[in-house]
Amino acid sequence: MIPSEFEYCRAGSVEEALDLLAQKGPDAKILAGGHSLLPAMKLRLNSPGAVIDISGIGELSYIKEEGSHLVIGACTTHGDIAKSTLLSEKIPMIVEAAAEIGDVQVRNKGTIGGSLAHADPAADWPASLLAGEAEIVLASSSGERTVAAVDFFQGLFTTDLGENELITEIRLPIPDAYTKSTYVKFEQPASRFAIVGCAASITRSNGSCDKVRVAFTGVSSTPFRDQAVEQALEGQAPSDDNIEAAAEKAAMSVEVMGDHFASQEYRKHLAKVYARRALQAVLS
Amino acid sequence: MGVPISVTVNGQHRESEVDSRTLLVQFIREELRLTGTHVGCDTSSCGACTIIMDGKAVKSCTVLAASANGSDITTIEGLAQNGELHPLQEGFKEEHGLQCGFCTPGMIMTAVQLLEDNPQPSEAEIRHGLEGNYCRCTGYHNIVKAIYHASRKYKEVSHG
Repeated sequence: MIPSEFEYCRAGSVEEALDLLAQKGPDAKILAGGHSLLPAMKLRLNSPGAVIDISGIGELSYIKEEGSHLVIGACTTHGDIAKSTLLSEKIPMIVEAAAEIGDVQVRNKGTIGGSLAHADPAADWPASLLAGEAEIVLASSSGERTVAAVDFFQGLFTTDLGENELITEIRLPIPDAYTKSTYVKFEQPASRFAIVGCAASITRSNGSCDKVRVAFTGVSSTPFRDQAVEQALEGQAPSDDNIEAAAEKAAMSVEVMGDHFASQEYRKHLAKVYARRALQAVLS
Repeated sequence: MGVPISVTVNGQHRESEVDSRTLLVQFIREELRLTGTHVGCDTSSCGACTIIMDGKAVKSCTVLAASANGSDITTIEGLAQNGELHPLQEGFKEEHGLQCGFCTPGMIMTAVQLLEDNPQPSEAEIRHGLEGNYCRCTGYHNIVKAIYHASRKYKEVSHG
């Protein structure tokens, strides 16, 4: 399958990419690893007039500590994130989510920024970024703005990313030392996309769950933080009964998707099961 | 509109001008006539088109040839050296790691990176490492044995 015709533009720097975006207008698409955009273009689900290739921009590929945050460049591949000892030490759910994406070849090429821009409802990233209270940095030729992950994801393949904007960085606050996190997933066996993906991050103090963040991907058309689960466990002791009661509240506030892989009812059931597994893993 | 590209394929420098929408696998097969790299699903699932690009296993059906500019590529044709099979090729021969042979180049190229990252993998690690490659003959057992065979060979060589 071959994409329809487009103009190919290679950007050597962020500045050049932003100029090209401003020049080419809303008909242009950014290409990073290409593992979301190219499949869509091959199926003619997307036929941009111009493609701006940022895969050669080295300055967008990094993982580093910056004050109270860990920051990830938008062109960092899933594979590089999966191997990051810095992230694994501070926010393990990020590394776990990266390692669950697709397969080794997909992780070698696909980038975190590309996946976020595409906003597939079954993508792995949104759950851990929502639970980790990530911020996404968007640049355009007129400046830069930072959006909370919770405001970034707006619906099926829909985000807050403007037509003239480029995702440049993902910022994650370094959690309190008494925080544990995980990402667990029930995957579609062929595509390895998430039928249900659940990220949990819990900070404990004096034996009780002080701060609880639980988020899902795959369950609804928009990834979401599940405040009913979070509130059921916050301030509680991490007992089996409390975990069970909190997990039972999963996916109550959203419209659950159903398809030929997993019906609405089954997905809802899986959300509870995976919420329980994530909470158990974090609190064990 | 042609996009000029310059790549190194199996150690040879190549310059060309490609259509913007040419996929890397098309460039490799149709222009360079290196037809050992196969197109299976064409949707980045099956791994038959796997090549090594700048040291990493990549599905070449999901890369634009234009994006490959400046890269160093190895295909299945670049593995044997001076008429001697690569240990992985030898492993597939010795352990009957292929039935119809369609998935074989992709399996081997994925295994090249697998053994580079982890020269002595366990059976489970080999199976996990092949998650992006399908064998529709379902001949996975012998493929795993073939890679294990190659890993032993790597060990012999490195222990000289």
